[in-house]
Amino acid sequence: MALKVVVDMNVCQDHGQCVFAAPQVFQLNDDGRLVVLIEEPDESLRAAVEDAADVCPVQAISIKG
Amino acid sequence: MSRVLIAGAGMAALRTAEALRAYGYSDEIVVVGDEKYPPYNRPPLSKEALAGEPTLEQLAFRQKASTEDVVWRLGESVVSADLAGRTVALASGEVLEWDALVAATGVRARILPIPGGDSVRRHVVRTLDDALELRPLLTPGARVVILGAGFIGCEVAATAVQLGCVVTCVALDPLPMIRPLGPEVSAELLRRHEERGITFRLGVSVSVMAKNGTSVDLQLNDGSTVTADVIVEAVGSVCAVGWLDGNGLDLSDGVLVDSALRPLVDGSPVDRVAVVGDVARFPNPRFGADSWRVEHWSLPTDTGRRAGAVLGARLVGEGYAEVVASPFEPIPSFWSDQFDVRLKSYGMPGLADPDGIRVLEGAIADECIIGYYRGTDLMGVVGIGMVRAVNSYRDKVGLGKVESS
Repeated sequence: MALKVVVDMNVCQDHGQCVFAAPQVFQLNDDGRLVVLIEEPDESLRAAVEDAADVCPVQAISIKG
Repeated sequence: MSRVLIAGAGMAALRTAEALRAYGYSDEIVVVGDEKYPPYNRPPLSKEALAGEPTLEQLAFRQKASTEDVVWRLGESVVSADLAGRTVALASGEVLEWDALVAATGVRARILPIPGGDSVRRHVVRTLDDALELRPLLTPGARVVILGAGFIGCEVAATAVQLGCVVTCVALDPLPMIRPLGPEVSAELLRRHEERGITFRLGVSVSVMAKNGTSVDLQLNDGSTVTADVIVEAVGSVCAVGWLDGNGLDLSDGVLVDSALRPLVDGSPVDRVAVVGDVARFPNPRFGADSWRVEHWSLPTDTGRRAGAVLGARLVGEGYAEVVASPFEPIPSFWSDQFDVRLKSYGMPGLADPDGIRVLEGAIADECIIGYYRGTDLMGVVGIGMVRAVNSYRDKVGLGKVESS
């Protein structure tokens, strides 16, 4: 099963800690809102997106696959 | 079969267990924690969880597949340790042996010794149970007195006033959150909090507490009295490290450890033991030659990963010297939500010179970023709002990272 990143936008508070962990996958836009750039990132980014999920202060990120 | 015993069952314990597994340690991990809950996220306890209905489902950390076989002994506590004999004793009297020990017992809410204080109900906000007990009392019109004007105190004050409570914050400090924010930022936050209806009684302490019907009179040391229906104490923390007494460790402020998070006895690291989370006082050369204990949310993950790698390498028998020698220089970060304002910080602003606090972007009465300098080094930044911009300073904090303009 392919790696899939799901952000619960009802929970996300735009802290942006995930951007430090996986800048290829997450970004804060000009308004400071979180944007997921790649919803199904390459397997090589698994460690980075798991790190992103760990450092999310509100646990908004889940990893499937 | 070897055993890693983790004393304490909070976030740092979980991150350590995950890191042990990530390093390839596949034997037993036993976690002993005095709360009845698995690891959960504490910051919402003074913020959104307190405003709503705090539940474990909402706060619990997701458990990874790698840690499914961890043995969680919840509702039990470690009361002593013999580091030379490699055992711990539980409150029940049971003695557990270990091949590696992780101290992850964290901090408790500090309770002030106040005459009359033992006979009245005083709340703290540290655990889920604390929040569950406090939440139903925060009703419209309830007179809530908060002792302490630090981050937790101010967050609880903001939450309570938004729930319709009549909130008074009593603190010895001259301004709220002055450590580590500094007087100018603190004065601005005081202004914003007063504007939203919180009353501050600063520079005073409570001399006596006395029951007055169903409420409590708090007599202050300036002779005045404040009446409370609910008292919340938020005056800092006490390290839960008494169980490590008798092993020669420096327990004067948490547990003094080396860069590999191993506790020190007469300057030498204790083998097979690591300290994580709020109680680890570790060297961080990014910010200077001292060792610091940091209670911010980011540290359980940083120290848990470090300890898991160090002990994993020690027990698996591969790469130990390399792991121990690898640099460990985490950048502390914290945030605080109070009304519609988010404060966010990176680094160690408390290390700034008294005259080293400067607005880097924006205006202090609006949204801004404040820099905390020691000499020409940016030791920390705090953003009031401007989240994306403050994030761009994260890698610039620390000695020699950026020149003052």
